[in-house]
Amino acid sequence: MTRLRLSDHLVLICGVIFMVAPVMIAVMTSTHDAITIYKSGLQFLPGGHMIENYETVLFRAGGFTKEVNGLVMMKNSLILGLGFAIGKIVISMLAAYAIVYFRFPMATLCFWVIFCTLLLPLEVRILPSYEIVQSLGLTNTYTGLIVPLIASATGTFFFRQFFMSVPDELLEAARIDGAGPWKFFIDILVPLSKTMVAAIFIIMFVYGWNQYLWPTLITTDEALFTLVRGIKQIMQVWVGAQIPALNEAMALAILAMLPPVIVVVIFQSWFIKGLVESDK
Amino acid sequence: MANITLDQVRKVYAGNVEAVKGVSIDIADGEFIVLVGPSGCGKSTLLRMIAGLEDITTGEVSIGERVVNNVDPADRDIAMVFQNYALYPHMSVYNNLAYGLKNRGMSKDEIDRRVKEAARILEIGDYLERKPRALSGGQRQRVAMGRAIVREPAAFLFDEPLSNLDAKLRVQMRVEIKKLQKALATTSVYVTHDQLEAMTLADRLVVLNGGNIEQIGAPIEVYDKPASTFVASFIGSPAMNLFDVKADASGMSLTKGTGLSGANPHARSAYRLGIRPEHLRVVEAAAAAPANGLDLTLKVNVLEPVGAESYIYGEFPEGGAEVVVRVESHAHFDAGQMIKLHADAKDVHFFDAETGKRIGD
Repeated sequence: MTRLRLSDHLVLICGVIFMVAPVMIAVMTSTHDAITIYKSGLQFLPGGHMIENYETVLFRAGGFTKEVNGLVMMKNSLILGLGFAIGKIVISMLAAYAIVYFRFPMATLCFWVIFCTLLLPLEVRILPSYEIVQSLGLTNTYTGLIVPLIASATGTFFFRQFFMSVPDELLEAARIDGAGPWKFFIDILVPLSKTMVAAIFIIMFVYGWNQYLWPTLITTDEALFTLVRGIKQIMQVWVGAQIPALNEAMALAILAMLPPVIVVVIFQSWFIKGLVESDK
Repeated sequence: MANITLDQVRKVYAGNVEAVKGVSIDIADGEFIVLVGPSGCGKSTLLRMIAGLEDITTGEVSIGERVVNNVDPADRDIAMVFQNYALYPHMSVYNNLAYGLKNRGMSKDEIDRRVKEAARILEIGDYLERKPRALSGGQRQRVAMGRAIVREPAAFLFDEPLSNLDAKLRVQMRVEIKKLQKALATTSVYVTHDQLEAMTLADRLVVLNGGNIEQIGAPIEVYDKPASTFVASFIGSPAMNLFDVKADASGMSLTKGTGLSGANPHARSAYRLGIRPEHLRVVEAAAAAPANGLDLTLKVNVLEPVGAESYIYGEFPEGGAEVVVRVESHAHFDAGQMIKLHADAKDVHFFDAETGKRIGD
């Protein structure tokens, strides 16, 4: 390996600044009061209002109904993110299991049909999706928020590729050891896939957490608002005739970023392990 | 403990590919049977049909007195050792051994007793808590064997279990498998393409070729009296020398070229002749040839010393088939040198020129 030169470090440092600076500015801004921000714009140095700002966004009920605070929104986001990620993993694992291990008519066709849905993201099918959820009476429920989103062509594809790389002998050994299809799945395939699951969990959790359009359509009840949505909602409500509460918006934005960051930090070692060492 | 009977077992794959063409074998209780043949001869398919991993197209497989054609692999009372071991990578060695027993609802104490016993026999007790990836190839092989032993099955099935090991370990494990099988006296079917493994392990050999049985017999019997040119060239290393000869009342000579003479014992006009390298003796040119048997004249191409013995690779003066001769280890021959060889009549194998089947006894 060649020795790292000064210029290499410069490039890396520039990259870090480019990525971290906006976050830092948001953090710094969130520690000032609204008047300071209104007068002199975004802040680059810490101010003295951090605790009260975060307390406000977390615990003060806002919105029209005064029912929802930051904590409730965070809970909603968490339910959406987890439900979305776990649902997608379960569904796509089962789908991939069926496609790879069971000989049923037109299995390959089924796979490609699933795969083709990649070409139809939520935005394209949002009207029919909404229509279905609405007619089932699932608007303003967690079920309506999560279930229509959990079919995942990406997940199915990744799990299919992974299952196909598992040696057939493992299945045969398990069959001789008296494991039926269900036992093989639970006892052998799921534990083998755990690094794969971790990787997909990271991606899907962040993706679910950051959903904006679908929650906006499905939930009109403020008690079901997610954080990402709440940032805008809170701004709108609180602005009124007063000074825009940019400090609180920033604080909420920072809070909204935290859980995905934590998930990535926790799962990244698994994620890398999954890439580096083969568990098969 | 059980005998295994295959009765006219056939396997036809989609697209009308016939992998196994009506094979019948009776395997006695406690017998060690080796299925041997080149790749694609159907030996693995046959084993997998016994295991239940492959459907049987026609014919019957019985284990004990029970026809098992439609019985699940788990319920056939067999255990299989795979070429790549197929250990469960996420389970400790202990759990790898115990998994099949747990699935059968065995009590914890009994599982523990059996796993410990197998670990003792195979000397893997020290790494019961390790994951397979922390083990060497030889250790994994032992764990794979352990997984078979704990089941205390009616039969062991081995699918080329040693081919992923290095040469030295392979010899060592070969001896251990043999010892273990004798100690447990469990009926075993072992698939290999390695004729040395087949010879050393088997109570009886089954030589397969193109989905058919070429010969069944004790290893030494197969070696001494190969039923066909295929068996003759497959069993034994270096392989048996084979050449086409024409014959009449006065004797035999090569179909192409010169350098061979001998009496014609079977009153036919053409043969395929076989002589093992160790049955050819170098004789002095001047010495009178013994009355019967075979006399050859060869031009030496290469001398290959392997230590305990040496091999001469030579050819007949006017070209034609290559001939291998075993000589003692320190013998010296020059390339290009002409030598005379003699083989006793009892050591010459005659095969039908058309079908390759053995003629005579």
